[in-house]
Amino acid sequence: MEKPGYYGRFGGAFIPEILSTTLEQLQVAFKEAKEDPDFWSTYQRLMSTYSCRPTPLTYAKNLSLHLGGPQIYLKREDLNHTGAHKLNNVIGQGLVVSRMGKTRVIAETGAGQHGVATATMAAKFGYSCTIYMGEVDVARQRPNVFWMEQLGAEVVPVKDGARILKDAINEALRDWSANMDTTHYVLGTACGPHPFPEMVSYFQSIVGLEVRDQIVEQAGRWPTRVYACVGGGSNALGIFNGFIDNSEVELVGVEAGGEGLESDKHATRLASGRGSVGVAQGYKTYFLQDDDGQMLETHSVAAGLDYIGVSPILSSYHEEGRIRFEAATDAEVIEATRLVMRKEGIIPALESAHALAGAFREAGEMSRDDVVIVNLSGRGDKDIFTIADALGDRAWKSFIMKKAEEYRA
Amino acid sequence: MLEDYIRKRLREKEILLMAHIVVGYPNIEDSFELVRTIVEAGVDLMELQIPFSEPIADGPVILQANQAAIADSIRVDDCFRFAQKVTSAFDIPFLFMTYYNILFKRGEERFFAEAREAGIRGTIVPDLPPEEGESYMAAAAANNIDPIFILAPTSSPARIKHLARFGRGFFYCVARKGVTGSDTDFSNEMTEFLEQCRRATQLPLALGFGVSSKEDVRFLRGKAEVAVVGSQALRILNAQGIQAVGDFFRGLK
Repeated sequence: MEKPGYYGRFGGAFIPEILSTTLEQLQVAFKEAKEDPDFWSTYQRLMSTYSCRPTPLTYAKNLSLHLGGPQIYLKREDLNHTGAHKLNNVIGQGLVVSRMGKTRVIAETGAGQHGVATATMAAKFGYSCTIYMGEVDVARQRPNVFWMEQLGAEVVPVKDGARILKDAINEALRDWSANMDTTHYVLGTACGPHPFPEMVSYFQSIVGLEVRDQIVEQAGRWPTRVYACVGGGSNALGIFNGFIDNSEVELVGVEAGGEGLESDKHATRLASGRGSVGVAQGYKTYFLQDDDGQMLETHSVAAGLDYIGVSPILSSYHEEGRIRFEAATDAEVIEATRLVMRKEGIIPALESAHALAGAFREAGEMSRDDVVIVNLSGRGDKDIFTIADALGDRAWKSFIMKKAEEYRA
Repeated sequence: MLEDYIRKRLREKEILLMAHIVVGYPNIEDSFELVRTIVEAGVDLMELQIPFSEPIADGPVILQANQAAIADSIRVDDCFRFAQKVTSAFDIPFLFMTYYNILFKRGEERFFAEAREAGIRGTIVPDLPPEEGESYMAAAAANNIDPIFILAPTSSPARIKHLARFGRGFFYCVARKGVTGSDTDFSNEMTEFLEQCRRATQLPLALGFGVSSKEDVRFLRGKAEVAVVGSQALRILNAQGIQAVGDFFRGLK
């Protein structure tokens, strides 16, 4: 690495001068925490008592038999508190915030998972909390907005731009540049200016550290391939971290193919070859943008993958060829969700179902001796509205209409 | 270069005014009329903002103008043509203000070569600190364009001294925390910040963020060489139209 905060030619800190001192302080606080011999064990203890770490690794026997290919294992981040890997990062940053003596946290959220995790952490640590969320996402993720508010957070709908995740990040950066004295910005993924990509992947690496031992214990060998969905990239970096130094393990990131690459309604930055290198939201990476450098609108059935950029660490691994990137369409994702519910009794988040869809598609080319791990990064309860729509469930629809009538009365 | 221009101009007045417009807002024709009106009102320098979809340093007023211009299909090429037109028509220095991705995507060397062709004298890129700006500064220097850097009240004296080494033309001092377009407290604290900047650099100082009245400009006399007015003029444009913006600038002097 030539410059601190760079991964190959990606990363950096492209931020207004007003924030430079704040980011410098964060770098120092994070470095001191990492070097404190008690810090990681404090973090681990908290994650094992407040949440369910280590999360299990589940052998998906029925799925493996059904697909007739490799032995499939699922890393169960859906069993983490608040239902996704998001809490790993948030609790870690919460500990850093207490070392810095700040009293307020802010965060962006797309699907609402990171917002709920941050609101949860704020309640536990006693911080005041503001969550920025695009107006479009507020409309489609009301249950998560409800929970954030119940947990004591203020949810601010962002009405500018495309009114989705990227706009929520911009708004959080604006808040931070006014209130940095009291406030820490809990960025939810391994993107943004240095040191966020490093810090977020550091806390998520807990997933990879656990699964490395679990797979050897259960399967008696290292995996052939590991699959993870990729929005910003934090769950992927978390699990890949366990295998990145072992070149025999193939790592596959699955991006949101949306309605297909030809439709232009997708969020596939790396696998499509349509992303190009740019600088926005504080860092340099592959973005979906036009020739002028204006960011394009993205689409995915999974709000958590609906993002223009991708972790600079992943962009670097992509160029090195260490990680292979694929895309799964909305339709494939719904199909994979259905299969995993029926075969294993597990309801995956639509985000995580991208990783499943990627693995299922390639199962046929592998043998029974192969071992595959899929990072089941979150649970699907939050997606009940979207999944019910996608499956066209009539009983659900009439339930909602009845409920609406009750409210109208 | 901009420094000489500012010094020369200061022989005739106590403080200069720098205006700001978003190119293509409310549309490209009105942008030209707006520039004409503001120049005729007697401002000394002007920022032409090339719209960007993710303007993180801008508050709601300028942010919405960026979005409207992009929605109206304003391209970066249009902004260069516009710059060419206003620099030939009006005899004050114009600067490009935009975010780094616009330069990065075009290629910094091409961006600056074309900016020089278009008569642009300086650039302000708020999301590009000098640490990330080596090739940017080189391309600017090769084309005799001043890359204007930003000093902030949150920066330590050591950091301000460090930044001072990269300065060309003048420094843009940010009056307070936050983004463009909010209220600013014109106070002793600001005076101290400007004095700190003064100790770090020989270059002229421009102060922006929240300058919105004659009193604000008067406060800055003797403390800064240039008062920068952005969001307030845009607010007046939105509420009362182009002519009112001219009256507003005349009223600031």
